[in-house]
Amino acid sequence: MLSASQLNFERYFEPVFKPVSFDLEAGQLLLVTGANGCGKTTLIRVLAGVLHPASGAIDMTARNMAYVGHYLALKDDLSVLENLRFMKDFIGTSERDVEEVIREVGLWRVRYNQARNLSAGQRKRCALARLLLSEADLWLLDEPYSNLDAEGVELVDRLLVRHLEDGGSAVVATHGVHRPGWGGTVEFFLESGATA
Amino acid sequence: MNGRAATGSMGRAFFALVRRDLLLAFRRRTELMFPVIFLLVVISLFPLGIGPSMQLLARISPGVIWIAALLATVISLDGLFRSDYEDGTLEQFVISGHPLTLIALAKILTHWLVAGLPIVLLSPLLAVWMNLPDGTMGVMLITLILGTPILSLIGSIGVGLTISLKRGGQLLSLLVFPLYVPILIIATAAVMAAADSLPYTQFLGLLVAGLITSLTLAPFAAAAALKISLS
Repeated sequence: MLSASQLNFERYFEPVFKPVSFDLEAGQLLLVTGANGCGKTTLIRVLAGVLHPASGAIDMTARNMAYVGHYLALKDDLSVLENLRFMKDFIGTSERDVEEVIREVGLWRVRYNQARNLSAGQRKRCALARLLLSEADLWLLDEPYSNLDAEGVELVDRLLVRHLEDGGSAVVATHGVHRPGWGGTVEFFLESGATA
Repeated sequence: MNGRAATGSMGRAFFALVRRDLLLAFRRRTELMFPVIFLLVVISLFPLGIGPSMQLLARISPGVIWIAALLATVISLDGLFRSDYEDGTLEQFVISGHPLTLIALAKILTHWLVAGLPIVLLSPLLAVWMNLPDGTMGVMLITLILGTPILSLIGSIGVGLTISLKRGGQLLSLLVFPLYVPILIIATAAVMAAADSLPYTQFLGLLVAGLITSLTLAPFAAAAALKISLS
């Protein structure tokens, strides 16, 4: 679904991380770990196509991808329902019901609340709902467990496992100790490209 | 990269974005009203500042109305892409597979609807206020209808380039003002020519050409600028 070969990204002519190569098949989860500042977020953004690699190649055979990064793409002045309805209309291909997805991520009670009034964990759940709406084959998740309580962490694991069981694949960047319980997990330790 | 989304309905995405931005503009009414209030304040200060000479007021009114419209547009430009850039929505737009040019065009259209159209609608009131010469109201209206979209289109390129800068708004003014000068000169020349009973259609023709050119090129340039800013 996704492969990278000698992938590198430079900022101010300095490599951010050491060259990355991997092959990700359907049903596989690539867990990218590493110290703070080693370039996990940058790697995810390169894989998402937001940043362009300095060298190396990305080959994506997945039909589509969804990305949840540090910034959750929520509009504070819109309600949970309005945010997700917009995303569904914008994506244009999703057949999932927005209200069903909101129930699934546990935001039904606050569906009419403006995003500015949500807690950090609820905002993260809203971003996860966008993943479900996208019906994407490939998920790119940057620190998906941050700001979530135990129930929220369990929700992420449950959604991930179901996605992988359905033949999807995912790249998850995390610096935490939690590991999603999935047999097809490949762990990749990302090393910083800084020389000093 | 997002193949399925790319083949999805681009028109649906376009109108979803316009609808969402109009809803956001309505929810952020203070931001929405600020350029209009600024325009009214500038226009109402001029007669007080230059004294009671109606002839002088009539002579300078096309330029004053257009300069106020231009400044009001610049004030509202910074918000064109900033909120989407800061909350990560722009990244979602990039990976959606929909052309960034189309997204830029939807944003520009919404900007014109909330910032340019109110100026056009208020122009009859401004014309009375500024003692615009008889028979020139129609020409003033046409120049604003043709000119304000050009301001939004050209401005979008500047916003795209400065969006990642912390105080990009200041640089934005320096970037776009020189590009606005020809529009200002042509639009005011058209109204002045009409006031002097001279032919003015050539000026309107130039504005139409400017609108077509900027409509054709600016969304592409804005999309390219946004990509540069994101990286």
